Amino acid sequence: MRVGVITFPGTLDDRDAARAVVVGGAEAVSLWHGDADLKGVDAVVLPGGFSYGDYLRCGAISRFAPVMQLVIEAANKGMPVLGICNGFQVLCESHLLPGALTRNSDLHFLCRDQEIEIVNNKTPWTNSFKQGENIVIPLKNGEGSFQCDDQTLAMLEGEGRVIARYVGDNPNGSRNLIAGITNAKGNVVGLMPHPEHAINELTGPSAQGLGFFTSILNAMVK
Amino acid sequence: MALDTVAIAQSTPENSQPFAELGLKPDEYARIKEILGRRPTSSELAMYSVMWSEHCSYKSSKVHLKQFGEKAPQSDALLVGIGENAGVVDVGQGYAVTFKIESHNHPSFIEPYQGAATGVGGIVRDILTMGARPIAVMDPLRFGPADAQDTRRVLPGIIAGVGGYGNCLGLPNIGGEVTFDETYAGNPLVNALCVGVMKHSDIKLAKAAGAGNLVVLYGAKTGGDGIGGVSVLASETFGAGGSTKRPSVQVGDPFVEKVLIECSLEIFAEDLVVGIQDLGGAGLSCATSELASGGSGGMKVQLDKVPLRDPSLSPEEILMSESQERMCAIVEPSNIDRFLEICKKWDVTVTVIGEVTDGNHLEITWNGELIVDVPPRTVAHDGPVYNRPLAQPAYIDQVNSQKVNVPIPVTAAEVKAAVLKLAAAPNLADKSWVTSQYDKYVQGNTIQSQPDDSGMVRVDETTHLGVAISTDANANWSYLNPYQGAKLALAEAARNIATAGARPLAVTNCLNFGSPEDPGVMWQFAESVRGLADGCLEMGLPVTGGNVSFYNQTGSVAILPTPVIGVLGVIQDVRTRTPMSFTHAGLDLYLVGETHEDLAGSEWAFLHNQRVGQSPDADLQREMRLIELLLEGNSFFAAAHDLSQGGLSAGLTEMVLRHKVGVTISLDNPGICLLSETPGRVLVAIDPIDTRKLEELAAKNSIALTKLGTTGGDSLIINDVIISLSELSIAHTSTFPKLFG
Repeated sequence: MRVGVITFPGTLDDRDAARAVVVGGAEAVSLWHGDADLKGVDAVVLPGGFSYGDYLRCGAISRFAPVMQLVIEAANKGMPVLGICNGFQVLCESHLLPGALTRNSDLHFLCRDQEIEIVNNKTPWTNSFKQGENIVIPLKNGEGSFQCDDQTLAMLEGEGRVIARYVGDNPNGSRNLIAGITNAKGNVVGLMPHPEHAINELTGPSAQGLGFFTSILNAMVK
Repeated sequence: MALDTVAIAQSTPENSQPFAELGLKPDEYARIKEILGRRPTSSELAMYSVMWSEHCSYKSSKVHLKQFGEKAPQSDALLVGIGENAGVVDVGQGYAVTFKIESHNHPSFIEPYQGAATGVGGIVRDILTMGARPIAVMDPLRFGPADAQDTRRVLPGIIAGVGGYGNCLGLPNIGGEVTFDETYAGNPLVNALCVGVMKHSDIKLAKAAGAGNLVVLYGAKTGGDGIGGVSVLASETFGAGGSTKRPSVQVGDPFVEKVLIECSLEIFAEDLVVGIQDLGGAGLSCATSELASGGSGGMKVQLDKVPLRDPSLSPEEILMSESQERMCAIVEPSNIDRFLEICKKWDVTVTVIGEVTDGNHLEITWNGELIVDVPPRTVAHDGPVYNRPLAQPAYIDQVNSQKVNVPIPVTAAEVKAAVLKLAAAPNLADKSWVTSQYDKYVQGNTIQSQPDDSGMVRVDETTHLGVAISTDANANWSYLNPYQGAKLALAEAARNIATAGARPLAVTNCLNFGSPEDPGVMWQFAESVRGLADGCLEMGLPVTGGNVSFYNQTGSVAILPTPVIGVLGVIQDVRTRTPMSFTHAGLDLYLVGETHEDLAGSEWAFLHNQRVGQSPDADLQREMRLIELLLEGNSFFAAAHDLSQGGLSAGLTEMVLRHKVGVTISLDNPGICLLSETPGRVLVAIDPIDTRKLEELAAKNSIALTKLGTTGGDSLIINDVIISLSELSIAHTSTFPKLFG
């Protein structure tokens, strides 16, 4: 089981994501933004960071990276893709996911331990969780406010495509407290908080983020 | 302006030059003429003026700083000492760690966001330059009064700048300080610390050895940023008529720096450089002259090859530009192709601008014409040295002879009010408003961060080796007694490391003071350096490097003497660290160390506008015994928390609020016990089963031990005073959001 972890210039959490993939039980494969080859991976993680310095808009330039053309193609054919934070932003810019991530409502970068509820455990990235399970993982971003039009919101809610919601006060002004969503097929997941920083209690607030990385193994074994 | 060449300078010896405007004194200008045997060209004048500025040459501090070498303790840990970009210490298992603090005070007052951001960027490049991967940052900050109008402009900008740059580099921010005092209004202190890790064999130095090797400039293009910023911004107080001497503050681009870091680490991993230097203060003037004087001695540079963001820049401006995110490497010709290839992979602009030569000439040409021909050592190292007059200021005897006169709480209501007042005081209040703007998780190795006593990061995932760092200063004590104040800050930083179970290993410092031209300030500085050097010798901790920031004053009012001391320690297994607080009930809470009536320089005195009395004396022998106690007790301590500003009151508040587990204690003399700031004290929580072990440990190390009470419940209970954790929490956490939104 090979999980690709993409590094764009300015990506920061690539080593963390690779570590989480390995702890989750899979092999982590480094993918470079300029690669024209997915190296035979079974799934892809787009980690957090400030790819291309967030120039123009978060994710707006990464979306055109050579490797992303392959990711878009593979995702449309059903390959599991997880975008975390900046990776979520890249997926939205790539139109693999609807909506957009905008500046936090209080305009500050926010890093805190965040409780979220897993509200869809049917995706290849969330099947290790119980439906409705609450977990605590780090949230850290400046532009994490999920926004979309009413029609899209109704569609996401109606089709059960919201996969995680913030619990308690809204940390960034996201509509319907949305922390993560999936595409119509359910293979592409975007998540604002950082499960890769919660794989043990020594370096994170919990080990509960690991569930995203054991889920992908379950999904592949099935 | 016509090009001023060496030939022209030789033929026009009487041309007048604006040396004073560039910050040079007449005798300094005369000395340059003496060195060169002619008047300098305008480019040479630019180089000397920035390199001989206070900021770059340490001309007022050098005579004092040499004590760090003269009094250096024997240490096997020191791999690279003072003088390089940053010191390097051996932390075992083949790993070396480099760390350093620098100030970016003046630019941060003018343009808080960019000033702070480029402060982080600069120190990170210093660490990178040693060959290390930067692994964490910290930022001790000081501001004017918390409720002052200008603090609302300066503080949010500085916090956003530190966060904006550090977060984008992927460096966890693991601690620092936020302190307020009226003397910092107009002179905020932005000190930035970075720590990096490498294998011993990967250490890089700033030297340009080997004639024929290439001088390579890579990173951002050169623009008009901060031209003269170093000599002018950092060397004069902001007074009337100074507007022409305030050029633009440098503007940073953390994305470029992040790419530069990864690109450089790839270059280092393939061992492609002979020497390396980052471009910070004084830009190319500094990098070329330091590299040349650190190596074979000579260098030829074609300045017109420097890639420019602003093509209208003159050669003088290019030499002085402080554009960020640039590095200068010395590369053997056989390695240049691979070097260029790695830069291309990372889309980093790279240009060969010259070569190393034998001899003693740094020669810089502009379109073939020689515009600089100087002995590089005279620029980089042989700047003027001043033994400035110093005199104990009159205020010392005056404040030392007075006694602190503050109300001491007696009744239950008074005690409760005092605890809540301290919990909410800006200097002691919860700093989450600040630290939640910093990424503390990135890299996945952060073990401790604010509000822990020290920051701690894992160095090796397999062996669990880690390092801990703390930065401390108590400017109130330094004001009353700068000699003791520096020692006390050193002791506190070391103690903060040891509470978690890490052994202190090495020291860095950032010495922030007023004008060195004021004999009183110079005396404060000299006493602080003497105190720190004596303290380091006594504690066996080498000083690995540091930074001096003078001219932090508005008019005749200098900032409080603020020597910020950073101590780095090693912990063999981060999993065994002692946390700063307890998570469950039924533990016994002890006060380790004696409490005296030490209110001078305390937060309680500060809150009552009392800046008088005598600071405590630092008893470093006792501090060292306490450190041994803490390191040995690490095996069974459930929690340990240092007591410093705000004394026992603040220590209890921080401990009970950390995991929302209360404590019930009894105190004989609650007023003094809670408010005194006697140094050398730690709160320790243990399982009652370990009572005997703790008592033996205290006896063995001759440290006083007092059982205070037991953990549990949802209140902080002191004798008959009951403060619910929710009430305490509201007091502690409301201050910053109320002040800064």
